[in-house]
Amino acid sequence: MKSANVAPGREMAMQDNRAYAYYPGCSLHATAKEYDLSARAICAALGVELREVPGWNCCGASSAHGRDHLLSTTLAARNLALVEEMGLEEVAVPCAACFNRLAVAGHELREDASLAEEVRGVLERPLQGKAKARALLDVVARDVGTERIRDAVVRPLEGLKVACYYGCLLVRPPRALETDERVEDPQSLDELVRAMGGEPVEWPHKTECCGAGLSLTRTDVVRKLSADILKMARECGADCIVCACPLCMTNLDMRQGEALKAAGERFRIPVLYFTELMALAMGIPDAERWLKMHFVDASAVARRETAAANGMEAEQ
Amino acid sequence: MGDAISAESATTSGEVRFGGKKTEPGFCREVERLSGQKLSACYQCGECTAGCPVAFAMDLMPNQVTRMALAGMADEVLQSRSIWLCVGCNTCVTRCPRLVDLPRVMDSLRQIATHRGVRCPEPAIRAFHDTFLHGVERGGRLHELALVAALKLKTGRLFQDVPAGVAMMAKGKLAILPETPEGKAEVRRIFEECKRRAGKGDGHAG
Ligand code: SF4
Ligand code: SF4
Repeated sequence: MKSANVAPGREMAMQDNRAYAYYPGCSLHATAKEYDLSARAICAALGVELREVPGWNCCGASSAHGRDHLLSTTLAARNLALVEEMGLEEVAVPCAACFNRLAVAGHELREDASLAEEVRGVLERPLQGKAKARALLDVVARDVGTERIRDAVVRPLEGLKVACYYGCLLVRPPRALETDERVEDPQSLDELVRAMGGEPVEWPHKTECCGAGLSLTRTDVVRKLSADILKMARECGADCIVCACPLCMTNLDMRQGEALKAAGERFRIPVLYFTELMALAMGIPDAERWLKMHFVDASAVARRETAAANGMEAEQ
Repeated sequence: MGDAISAESATTSGEVRFGGKKTEPGFCREVERLSGQKLSACYQCGECTAGCPVAFAMDLMPNQVTRMALAGMADEVLQSRSIWLCVGCNTCVTRCPRLVDLPRVMDSLRQIATHRGVRCPEPAIRAFHDTFLHGVERGGRLHELALVAALKLKTGRLFQDVPAGVAMMAKGKLAILPETPEGKAEVRRIFEECKRRAGKGDGHAG
């Protein structure tokens, strides 16, 4: 199957490169465009092949399960069935909320035979239940691994203090997600930042909730929760926050101005997708252009301006 | 806040009437069947409430919701804001020593409340979910701009978020035209089929 004009050494390298199905989810085609673009770019540069699931549908996110459990499981299951039809076993999912839905549904289908039977009946597609949802972060940090990432870095994040923000849905609930992250103190994003030469800060809000889907309806709740996270990141000395979820991004970036205003704060702190931070470190040319889609100016991160370098830190 | 609880039950506030007139036999079983959770497993340690990020905005604390549902206090839990405010962050499930999946309980209470036509004390949240699902049912995928627009119309808060919306569009972040995936008809059929099965009493389609 491999093309004949690949040099022998190159072919070896290509054999470690696994192909994953890719489920962008609805936000990555709209509000989180820069997440999609940067995810595809860093994966291509790292030799990870992403094949978009043909004809994927919305996973139902945080709305379907409140209406009907069978509906929410079937919406997720259809995507997993499509992955199986692609002949692939794992689907890489950048959005934490979509990842959570697909992973929990996959877990329930494997654990609960009668639910699986019912879902098959609604779906009218063969579904073996083998396809596994993986967070893109996990694929990058664990499958590609920090060693290969270190090699790919051309502009290390020297001196950059990063608050790694995992949020809720990447890690909870650990039993159903089948991940090996430490649920109260996850590490993959921290490892990634370290591999790129940055410095993950110690902070207690790694997995605090930003208010997620209440953004449009109970904005007051979201403002409070987001302000708490932003203030803690700042207090712990972070130059920026990195996240892996479009909902977290909306609440921490787009709502940052109003959230901090309501909390009586005047500072601003850039928020980036981990894929964007990687693109900056890997010298991917479009990286700075994607940052322009953010509401809080993140160009200081691109310029590697850190609080320490600016002499803003009083200590020492 | 007060309008979340009907006048009738408000007069009984402070006094928990287990087994009194206000409880509904069979309610606990209905919640357990829909949520797949055993409510009596909860031993009221309060861990869920302690870690819940939105407890500050709730009228009933998460541990009260489990216990009141167990006791059959249907009106109180079905009229509460809490069942709508739960964001499904899974903090409680992760920390519960009895492995009670509280967001599943909250989900099933939403379903019952909707099914019974109970007035929702958080109409915007309910409108959000309805609009979201309506969009997915029709288009197979969510069209974020249509969601924002439809939600504004529905809740009457037309101009609240206009600056953010305009800025998002300017940044090319809200697609103007919805996408039309191949699976559209199939997704619509899934919705239909789930509604049909729910109608037969296998659940509630809302
Ligand atoms: S954490 Fe679990 S056992 Fe404790 S009160 Fe909450 S639901 Fe009950
Ligand atoms: S899942 Fe719901 S009840 Fe549980 S901690 Fe999160 S918001 Fe609170």
